[in-house]
Parts: sequence; C-alpha cells; structure tokens
Amino acid sequence: MSGNLTSAIKEICKSCDNDRTRMMDIVRAVQQQFGQVSDEAMNYIAKCVNCHRVEVESIVSFYAFLSKKPKGKVVIRLCNDVVDKMSGSEVVAAAFEKELGIKFGQTTPDGKITLEYTPCIGMCDQAPAALINDEIITYLSTDKVKELVADIKKHYDPSKLNHRLGDGHNADDIVHSCVHNNIRNKGRVIFAEFKPEAGLKNALAMSPVEIINEVKNARLRGRGGAGFPTGMKWQFTRSAAGEKKYIICNADEGEPGTFKDRVLLTECADMLFEGMTIGGYAIGADEGILYLRGEYAYLRKLLEKVLAGRRSKNLLGKDILGKKGFNFDIRIQMGAGAYICGEETSLISSCEGLRGDPKNRPPFPAQKGYLGKPTSVNNVETLCCASRILEMGAAWFLEVGSAGSPSTKLLSVSGDCKQPGVYEIPFGVKISELLKMVGAEDAQAVLIGGPSGRIVGPADFKRTICYDDLATGGAVVVFGPERDMVAVAADYMEFFVEESCGYCTPCRAGNVLLKKCLDKILTGKGEPEDLDILQKLGESVKTTSRCGLGQTSPNPVLTTLMNFRKSYETKVKKTTNGMQPMFDIRKALAGAETIAKRDSAIFVK
Amino acid sequence: MSDQITFTIDGVEVKGKPGQTILEAADAAGVYIPRLCFMKDLIPHGSCRVCTVFINGRPQAACTQPIAEGAIVENDTPELKEHRRNIIDMLFVEGNHFCMFCEKSGNCELQAMAYRLGIPAPKYPYLFPKRDVDATHPDILIDRNRCILCGRCVEASRDVDKKTVFEFVGRGADKKVAVNADADLKDTDFKATDKAADVCPVGCIIKKRVGFAIPVGQRKYDTKPIGSEIENKR
Repeated sequence: MSGNLTSAIKEICKSCDNDRTRMMDIVRAVQQQFGQVSDEAMNYIAKCVNCHRVEVESIVSFYAFLSKKPKGKVVIRLCNDVVDKMSGSEVVAAAFEKELGIKFGQTTPDGKITLEYTPCIGMCDQAPAALINDEIITYLSTDKVKELVADIKKHYDPSKLNHRLGDGHNADDIVHSCVHNNIRNKGRVIFAEFKPEAGLKNALAMSPVEIINEVKNARLRGRGGAGFPTGMKWQFTRSAAGEKKYIICNADEGEPGTFKDRVLLTECADMLFEGMTIGGYAIGADEGILYLRGEYAYLRKLLEKVLAGRRSKNLLGKDILGKKGFNFDIRIQMGAGAYICGEETSLISSCEGLRGDPKNRPPFPAQKGYLGKPTSVNNVETLCCASRILEMGAAWFLEVGSAGSPSTKLLSVSGDCKQPGVYEIPFGVKISELLKMVGAEDAQAVLIGGPSGRIVGPADFKRTICYDDLATGGAVVVFGPERDMVAVAADYMEFFVEESCGYCTPCRAGNVLLKKCLDKILTGKGEPEDLDILQKLGESVKTTSRCGLGQTSPNPVLTTLMNFRKSYETKVKKTTNGMQPMFDIRKALAGAETIAKRDSAIFVK
Repeated sequence: MSDQITFTIDGVEVKGKPGQTILEAADAAGVYIPRLCFMKDLIPHGSCRVCTVFINGRPQAACTQPIAEGAIVENDTPELKEHRRNIIDMLFVEGNHFCMFCEKSGNCELQAMAYRLGIPAPKYPYLFPKRDVDATHPDILIDRNRCILCGRCVEASRDVDKKTVFEFVGRGADKKVAVNADADLKDTDFKATDKAADVCPVGCIIKKRVGFAIPVGQRKYDTKPIGSEIENKR
C-alpha cells in the first residue's frame, strides 16, 4: 500500500475523530484527494474507523459522486434532465465528446478529464448546465463547450475557469459563480426584506410551546412537497423522550425542475439559519445540521461564512442573545449525489454515514431520528417561513393565500416558457394565471411538483396550486405544443431508474419495467395491451413501494396515460403476423451464427 | 396500556400483544400473510413488499407495521393478490431464475410463492442481467443470478454471527450482495455453520455437496403450499 495514501487517509479519518458516523465526510475527502476510493483506500478507512471493509464499499458504491474506479482530475458532469434536453443539451453533449475525444462515461487517456451525465443539478432555469468538479457552468452551447475545454486544458483546475459572474451573492468572491438567481416575482413572506434577529428575539421571549403554537396557528405546512404540518412535527419532536435532539434542514432538493432552495441558500441563508435556530429552541435541540446536496458544494463557503457571522453575533453558540441555557450551533453535512437523500429518513441515514437507504417507519424521525435521537427534518423554505412567522406573527402570515393553504409558495418554473426562474406566489393561483405570468400561454402540458407530482393538460389549467388541489414542492415544468409527452414520461422514468436506492422490489424492478415498456412504445413496437400493463404495473409500484420515491415514481406514466392518452394510442398497434414485436430473429441467431461461422439456412438474411 | 390488542384481518378478529407487528400477530393466529424477505428472529427488512396489506385503507408492510387497537386489515383480497403477483413477477424477471435446473427447486420460497399465487410464468419481459457466481469458498456457493436482495444473509451475518460477511453495494437495479473482501467469499471468515448460510430463501447462497440429498418431489413445498404450516394452526 502506498504510504502517501495511508498517511492521507489516517489524517482524514483523524480529522473526523475516526468516527464511522462521519463516513460521508471521510469518503468525500478521499475521493476529492485521490479521484477515487480504491480497494486499498476502503480497507484502510475500515481499519481507521473500526468497521468492515464491505460497509465502506456499501457507501462508496451508493453515491454518484464517489467511485471505486479512478476518475479524472476534472470531472465534467453534464446535466441530462428533461429541461436540459429541451434546451439543447444533446448538441452540447456531442460537442463535449468531440472536443475531448471521449464518450460519456470515459476518461481521457491522460487520466485528466472524465465525462459523465448527471441528473438535475438545479439549474433548469439556465439550462443546459454542467457541473465541473464543484463549479457550475450554465447556458451551455457548442461554442461555449469549445472555449471551456480549451480553458480546462490550460490548468486542469475548475476554480480557475473563465466565466461571467451571476447576480446577487453569486458574484461574491467567495462564491464566484456564473449562476443567476432569476428571481421573477417577490412576495411578502420569503423575498421581502429580512430583518436579522427580529424573529429570533421574539422567539426567545416566548416559551418553546408558545413558538410551536404560533407556528401551528400560522398553519405552516412543509414546503418540500409532503406538506406535513410543521408545528405538529416540532411538537412531536419536542415531546419525544430523550435529552438530545436534532433539527436538520433538508437542502437536498433534487426533484427534477426544482431550484428554489438554491436561490434561498444563496440569498436568504441568514433567514434560513434563523429559522433553524428558532426550531432548535422550540424542540429543545442544541445541534442543527444543514444537509447540502453535493451539487450545491459551490455554495458551501458562503454558507460557512454566514454561519461564522451569526456565531460572532452570538446568534449561534452559547447562551444565544443572552438567553441562559440556550446553546445551539449548526454544521453542514455534504451529500454526494443521490436524489433519494431528499427523503427524510434516507437523509438521516446519509448523515449517519450510511447508504442513503430509507428507514422503516415507525419509528418516525420525531421519535427516533439521527443517531436514534428525536429529530425534526424541515425543508429550506419551511424554515424561512418559520423565521418570518416569528418576526411578523401568525395572523400576518394568514393574510394571503387560499383558505386551506395560507401564505405564499416558491415555484421553480422552467421549460418552454419565456421567463424561467423563481416565483413567490400566493397559494391558490390558477395554473392558467401562472402560465400567463411566466410567458407560456401556448403550453400543452405542465408538470406540477416535479416528476413525482403530476403532468396535467389544458383541461386542468383552471385548477389551483395549493395543498388541497395541486400540491407541489415547487417544481413547475412547462411543455410546449411540439413536445412528445410519452417521450417526456420515458425520460422521467429513466431518472427514477437511476435514482431508486434499490431497497424494495417494486421501485427497484418496477421502474425499470415501466421504462422498458415506454421504450417499446416509443420505438413503434407497442401493442394496445401495453397501456394496460403500464397502468397496472404503475399502480402496483405506487401502492407497494416502501418510501415516497417509489410511491410517486410511476406518476409521469400514470398522469400522462390519463391526460395524454391519445399520444399513447397513436403509437401502439395490434400485431398482424402473430410475432412478438420485441423479438428480433437476427439478434437471437447472431451468437449461434458467430460460433457456427455461417448464417442460418432457414432464417435467411 | 392494555396487554392485549384486538383488530381484524379480512373480518376475522385477531388478538395480539403490544409491540407485535401485524405479521407476527397474524402468524400466531394462524392467518397467513404471504411474505418473502421476513424471517423469524431477524429484524424485519421490509424490502420485498410481498406482505403489503391495507391497514384502515392504507398500504403498509405487515412485517414492519405494529398492530393497533381496532385496526381493519385487508390481506386476502383480489387487489392485493394482483399486487403480490406483480411483485413476484418482477423478482423473477429482474434475476435469472431457472427452476428446472436449480438445486433449490422445491425448497425455494420464491418458487413456492409463485405457485401459491398461481403464477405459471412471469408476464413481464426478462431482463437477463449479468450477475456473478462465486464458487471460491470450499463449502458454500453464491449464485447471484438467483438473489432477490431480501437482506437475510446481510442481517444474519451482522446480527447473529457478528461477522458482517455480507453487505449490499451499488444502488437501484445494480444493487447486489457483496462480501467483506477485495473479491471472493473464500477471503472472508464465512463458515458453512454460520446462521447466514441457512437463511437464503432462494438458491443464491447454497451449501456444496448436499443439493440433491433430498430428491425432487419430496421437498418442503412439493407436497404442501408455502404458508400452510401457519394456516394449519387454526
């Protein structure tokens, strides 16, 4: 074993207290330093943290940004989300292959550059986009790829890349990113001016129970998609047995088409951390964790700076703002490329240094969460709302929105529209009104809530965005009249196939079969019965899957089958010759013909 | 808290103790809920989803869901049978299962479940994945073509044998059972006497040289369907 590797790993593990629950930090650091987590490395990590080698491999093999095989010093990950494809990422992909002289999944012969695809990186409003190590490059074109590759080849250091700077904090030296916020509509709750400390001061003058009641009175529900009442979650966590409790902010937004948390993390981090601190006080936690998706690593330094600023003002730390006995601090846990970690129990698994497998429920995180302690996991936007509720009061929060869904919601709008970006709108807005606002009045279809939500057509455009009608975590993707909705459904199924953790049968195998059936239809080999198979298989996956991923993953198929049935029906036909349409006699014979060194005499070419 | 909980499964009253799962209480009462990954004395894995039942209308895995007073559980319904058939079909096509020459035939829980649910052949297209065989160990063979990722070997080795010979690696359709070595089972401390050598429901982890000690036709599920040992308690 090379001495360099062992001493580096020893150092890394030591910096994590040789604590195996910090495995994510350990393997991320090894990957960053050596471009891989090799067999040797895994053996040595296991030795340092006193676990089994196969347990390390279990984690390394789970996350997309970790690999056992060596990767280039520079890893280019082109986003292959549906919206990126609609924005021309396929041409961009071809340009990358041409400029680098390699195919996707390969590394240049000098071992310096690796080219890969990655699912949605949260840049749909500025697609096509790519992740280059931790740097993000947006609005890609073939010309831009040419310049980019030439630039990389000069230094092989993505932090030195030449690019224009985005707006807001994106232009700060510490971020130095070309990402644009694209805030299109500012509402009164999230994007109104934030008065630091106001909410926290009010909160600390109240008892934890009073805070929970205030949040309950504001009828705040989770903004990540599931819509669970936040006050109740806090109450359950507070009243659960145990001294040690945690609050975790879920900043792992990975739903294709979602990017609102990116903007909140960039521009509203202070408000977010204030919300976490208030939550920590309310539930009785002294530790908070921000779980940041690996794709947003470019924001980490900025977030650390905001945290440091809050520590220096005694908004974090000991006896916060003079409140004796209220100690609270926040650390950042990086993810490593796994959509499933947005599911709260998977996220907890990942924080514990495990595969991002969801956990069995019960027990719920509020009873037994991170390291077995009561834990409240809340979305970024939810915590920002909590901060505002404590600043302005529940009654103020209830003033806008619809009867059942008070206040505002952030929507990430992208796809075939003139003004993609983040919109803060009051709950209860009609789809048709939203389409007018974003410049997409000719839309054929709208995806509400990302692929795990629903794809609706014009018949549903009079419906409203709120918890009682079309609920959403915020992703809105618009499809113009020329898009093939069956192909869109197939693309989204490919995403779920890639991102299923593989724990339970229906999600692991069912999504693959759904995708396969859609491909069969798209290649013109579909039969009318296939539509029935899709329907029944989709329902089985939804009903029997273990977590929210599988329980919603068939939605792209099921909702397009319902709302765009004609598109399916025109693609399938009854076979007339009695042959299985998927059976290819030439392919079936190929192996035997090669061995026999002659062609079949019966099935002549 | 009362020390007895009463609920119904398909209209039949069942009594259980607090902390029991639906599946445990049903087993004790002689009501069979089909299952594959569950094994007595191991922590319920909840991964195969065959034991999915409706509890007050909501789907839940019976092996992980605790019983609750007055709960209405649906188990043997046409809808759930259809879902279970679909799951079994998925398991067959996502692996490479050739019952006719598998030495586990007749003792295989997957095969037995297919027969019980009335599946003559899976309705989905075979995926024919490439899977590894590990025959390096002197006494044990691993044929991953037949693995259904139930997790029994992982748990038995970790929790009972205290060895962690097995663990899952990869994700999604690439998920598989790996061994605690750079490559092969022979490089681990696995023994044929380990609990983990006796838990595989299918023909994935099998003992060498004993495969045909009992002839086909006289095996566990050749004479009576899977689950009958539980149903006979009633």
